[in-house]
Amino acid sequence: MTAEAAVGAPALPESVRARIVAEFPKYPEKRAVLLSALHFVQEECEGWIRPEMVPEIAVLLEIREIEVWEVISFYSMFHSERVGRCHVKVCVNLSCCLRGARGMMRRLEELLDIRPGEVTEDGLFSLEGAECLGSCGTAPVIQVNNEAYLENVRLEELPAMLDRLRGRFSTSAGGAAGNGAAA
Amino acid sequence: MTEQVLLLLPPEGQNWSSLETYRAHDGYRGAEKALREMEPAKIVDEVKSSGLRGRGGAGFSTGTKWTFLPKDGRRPRYIACNADESEPGTFKDRQILERNPHKLIEGLLIAAYANEIDAAYVYMRGEYRSAFENLNRAIAEARSAGYLGKNILGTNLAFDIFVHRGAGAYICGEETGLMESLEGRKGQPRKRPPFPAVSGLWRQPTTINNVETMSHVPHIVLRGADWFKGIGTEKSTGTTIFGVSGDVVRPGTFELPLGTPLREIIFEHAGGLHPNRTLKAVIPGGVSMPVLTAEMAMQVAMDHDSLQKAGTLLGTGAIIVMDDRACMVRAAMVIARFFRHESCGQCTQCREGTGWLHKLMQGLEAGHGTKRDLEAIDEVAKFMEGHTICALADAAAWGTGWFLRRFRSEFEAHVEHRGCPLEGVSFEV
Repeated sequence: MTAEAAVGAPALPESVRARIVAEFPKYPEKRAVLLSALHFVQEECEGWIRPEMVPEIAVLLEIREIEVWEVISFYSMFHSERVGRCHVKVCVNLSCCLRGARGMMRRLEELLDIRPGEVTEDGLFSLEGAECLGSCGTAPVIQVNNEAYLENVRLEELPAMLDRLRGRFSTSAGGAAGNGAAA
Repeated sequence: MTEQVLLLLPPEGQNWSSLETYRAHDGYRGAEKALREMEPAKIVDEVKSSGLRGRGGAGFSTGTKWTFLPKDGRRPRYIACNADESEPGTFKDRQILERNPHKLIEGLLIAAYANEIDAAYVYMRGEYRSAFENLNRAIAEARSAGYLGKNILGTNLAFDIFVHRGAGAYICGEETGLMESLEGRKGQPRKRPPFPAVSGLWRQPTTINNVETMSHVPHIVLRGADWFKGIGTEKSTGTTIFGVSGDVVRPGTFELPLGTPLREIIFEHAGGLHPNRTLKAVIPGGVSMPVLTAEMAMQVAMDHDSLQKAGTLLGTGAIIVMDDRACMVRAAMVIARFFRHESCGQCTQCREGTGWLHKLMQGLEAGHGTKRDLEAIDEVAKFMEGHTICALADAAAWGTGWFLRRFRSEFEAHVEHRGCPLEGVSFEV
């Protein structure tokens, strides 16, 4: 399918389109911008990639839709299904497990009443167990959306952390997911 | 106690990310010397003679790697700088990116001049948000100050650096997986030959170097190969940033000469174990590397030769410490799960083997493991080694198989006990 086949208003926000085009001069081929393009979409569109955006990205980068899909499905940071506006990743690799990551995840599951891979009913939170985030010296580590890490997290801090996130993300229009500063 | 030798990092609590601060600490003096006083070939010789070995895990001579670039005049030529830092236990490059990014920029600039490179792409793991912003800010600063762009330092050198974000795939730290990913594809490693030096990014000549490796280049050029060789051991020269995590009092990074005893790193720099605990196991170089028993760990020095003699490898210098509470089957199970998740799926041995290793470990933990399963772990691990396009299968085989070989009695206890004998004591997974 090509752009001609896609009907109706464009799904890709103009701002995302502009950011993608601005990356082109850095590379000899437009296709190299694909990972950045998908990051831009998630940053500006509530953290996930809607299927209707895929043909538009393909046209912009002059590749086939399947080539966009295979990249989306290969990389763990890309989501083709809705996630919470606060997507909470808990590192569960060895160094974090040695410092209590599993208990941290269990507490978050209790507090949010969801399991990894699920989204809360209000659409605010989702949970994911992440493989090593590269912050083993400050384990356990949590990352919300694609923000700066929360390091040396303590179990008793979790309720307050969730409250802060509720405060930041409930009031916003939701479009800012992933753009904000650290919680 | 061996003092920290800070060539790469600022003193604790300091951040040299601004150009002004970096320049106040000899910043860009190596680049000025290189571009104004040295022939490109002389720089390659100097780096080769310094004994600098890659800090990304493989430990190959950096200067020698550069000589693999063809001399046929084909342009453009690229550096792919590996900032994917995804080997579990490893968090050292992030220190440079967040606290001393101009060091990397200067190293890349010198490497570009020495090897007739047109552009560098820093491939950074997508989760490193703060590092990404910090490096981009530093690059913009370097560009306005004339260290990047055209006519650098008044010469006819043109060179620029671009930061490229990955998206959560360990395999993109493998050099050809990295290039596939940078070009906008799945990060599935390429078959070699052709080697990247001849046909790399966009089929052009490319050298792939790790962040820490490139960050050593400025001081080698400024102070000379002989000075650098005076630090570390004969075959493992200079300093490296050791990252210590797990069951220690003060986890963190410590920049020390290669060859520093592991005992000293754990018990002095990292503050030792928690009260009343004893050492059980240490992974010395990221989870791909064979685990050491406490006894082995207490005798080994952290350089390439000593570790190889002890039956493991330096890897990324990422030290994961486990005390007497830690269940070895659980540790191996977490590592097996990781490799199962990260296998790109191209080669059967890896795709199937990583899954089997994980399932067999899970069976032991769940209490239905048998003696035959222990043999199977060993067989699967051996069948994975040396049969695939890239080294991920070998890493998975070593990272898990050596737990069984070095802690066999604990695995056997899981069979006899029908489950984990350390349930309620060990860390949870």
